Amino acid sequence: MTDSRVAVSGGPAGRRSYGERVFSGSMKGAAIAVALILVGVLVFLAAKGGPAFGDGEGDLPAHATNFLALALPLAFGSVWVAVVALLFAALPAIGVALAATIYAPSARFGRFLGAVLDLLAAVPSVVFGLWGLKVLAPAMVPLFEWLHAKLGWLPFFSGDPSVTGRTVLTASVVVAVMILPIMAAMCRESFALTPPALIEAAYALGATRWEMVRSAVLPVARSGIVAGGMLGLGRALGETMAVAMVLSATPDLISFNVISSENPSTIAAFIASTFPESTGSRVNALIALGLVLFGISLLVSIAGRRIAKKGAQA
Amino acid sequence: MSIAELVKGGERTASGRGDAVTTLAASKPSPARRAKNALATGAVVAAVVLTAVPLTLVIWAAIRRGSERLDLTLFTHSMRGVVGAGGGLLHALTGTLLITAATAAIAIPLGLSTAIYLTEYGSGGRLAAITRRAVDIMVSIPSIVAGLAAYALFSLLLGPGTRSGLAGAVALAMIMIPVVVRSSEEVLRLVPADLREAGLALGSPKWRVIRKIVLPTALPGLTAGAVLGVARIIGETAPLLLVAGFTDAMNYNLAEGRMATLPVFIYTQWSSKGLDTAAYDQRAWAGALVLMAVVVVLQLAARALPPQIAKIRRNR
Repeated sequence: MTDSRVAVSGGPAGRRSYGERVFSGSMKGAAIAVALILVGVLVFLAAKGGPAFGDGEGDLPAHATNFLALALPLAFGSVWVAVVALLFAALPAIGVALAATIYAPSARFGRFLGAVLDLLAAVPSVVFGLWGLKVLAPAMVPLFEWLHAKLGWLPFFSGDPSVTGRTVLTASVVVAVMILPIMAAMCRESFALTPPALIEAAYALGATRWEMVRSAVLPVARSGIVAGGMLGLGRALGETMAVAMVLSATPDLISFNVISSENPSTIAAFIASTFPESTGSRVNALIALGLVLFGISLLVSIAGRRIAKKGAQA
Repeated sequence: MSIAELVKGGERTASGRGDAVTTLAASKPSPARRAKNALATGAVVAAVVLTAVPLTLVIWAAIRRGSERLDLTLFTHSMRGVVGAGGGLLHALTGTLLITAATAAIAIPLGLSTAIYLTEYGSGGRLAAITRRAVDIMVSIPSIVAGLAAYALFSLLLGPGTRSGLAGAVALAMIMIPVVVRSSEEVLRLVPADLREAGLALGSPKWRVIRKIVLPTALPGLTAGAVLGVARIIGETAPLLLVAGFTDAMNYNLAEGRMATLPVFIYTQWSSKGLDTAAYDQRAWAGALVLMAVVVVLQLAARALPPQIAKIRRNR
């Protein structure tokens, strides 16, 4: 409250009391501390990870000859898995958000759907990983064989399909399930902001429900949808355990094939699966990889916020 | 199709029939438009099904496979000295409780105080702008990077390779703080300004107004936010795998030594299994079921709390 500041300085004593100074000082201290934590994160990561950027053969994990040779395939894998997951999650997320707002037969149904989404968002990633590995992966194998037989001429489905099912496609499906509730929540918020007058105007002109959605709801919510997608993409990039458990990975591989038994790894999954057995300079290299991942997800989230802000102004 | 096009279309039909009102009443959408509409409705229903199916399957798998080993030993024994069948997750459950409590003890006071500063004191100021930006960035830190940062901090302080429950709590606090700040800020903004002004007009200093009026009013919402923050971090695996490590034995000391947690227990039962793989799988699923139950209970608790702002009691 900006106006209450005036009230305090204009109080009876004209001066702030001891209690007031202690209280407001500690609240201010907390705000400073939170900002400093972020600075600390960057400083610690740079201090420990910085040296690894110049490392050569022998100091790096996965027999890499230099840092770029280590980071590039992993960064590719991170982006590739995240983008495929986003493709899978985008339309269902928009659909569910529409179901919870515009199509909901009652407010109660909307709330129920919201609870389902919250629960889905709360399932720990290690549980999704276990499920993806033990239940989903074996179930996907017949689909891989079918895709290979029918669409094998596409680079995504060429080569022998995996017999374990632990592929980029399976990992992306699991990640898609995990980012869906986040994207749906963003979409739901922006759908709910559609001016009722627009909705009623569309209906009054004789629009069907779908025509109303296309002409009134979606154009208004466009930036919210894109921002939700960016948020989901950021989450997908940082997703660790589910990918580490589901994907059977070759860390130095760059490949667009999504059903092969040879798959690229992701930065996060590589760190998680390599870190516990690493020591010395290899740990530093993993921390440097963490910095790279942080950089990528920061770019995505800044882009998302820009888009959301632009939409809010329009 | 934009509103303008719709209007144009409407005008055309209206002028064609002469009377706009009869047009609306008489004209049913053409079969093609109705088919499109039905298709869209079908797609929305399909999206709901597509969302509900994986959730149902995961819960079903956790219950079916997890109940195979849901016995008393699971809750009374650690994995110390266990090779093959038997053993339990008491050490992991204890570790999760300790680390979560430590995380909450760091993140809730810090996050709530920051939110109070942002809403009550700093709004419009430079520090508030910087802190808000910092919180925005912290939200986008991948959890594994938070783990790496905590690892880097503790290895700078205590030497490389240190692992402890406390380091795990610090990593999780980095994830939980922005969640608490955002949810608390939202709730504090819902407290009506009249309440604050009434307190100030009576001559109370601002800090007493915040403590005696603003915080009690916002308490239900603040609690719900804190519970959701706990639910958000209690399933975190990656940072704990890096900095709290793993052990088969009990460890009650947050400050020293590796400490097992429930999510990491699930992961390691899968990743480093012995010869009797079935026993390890069963324990992993049992761990998953326990963890899911904890998360569901926390979610329900946050939902069961009263509405965000306590009703102002007029007659005491």
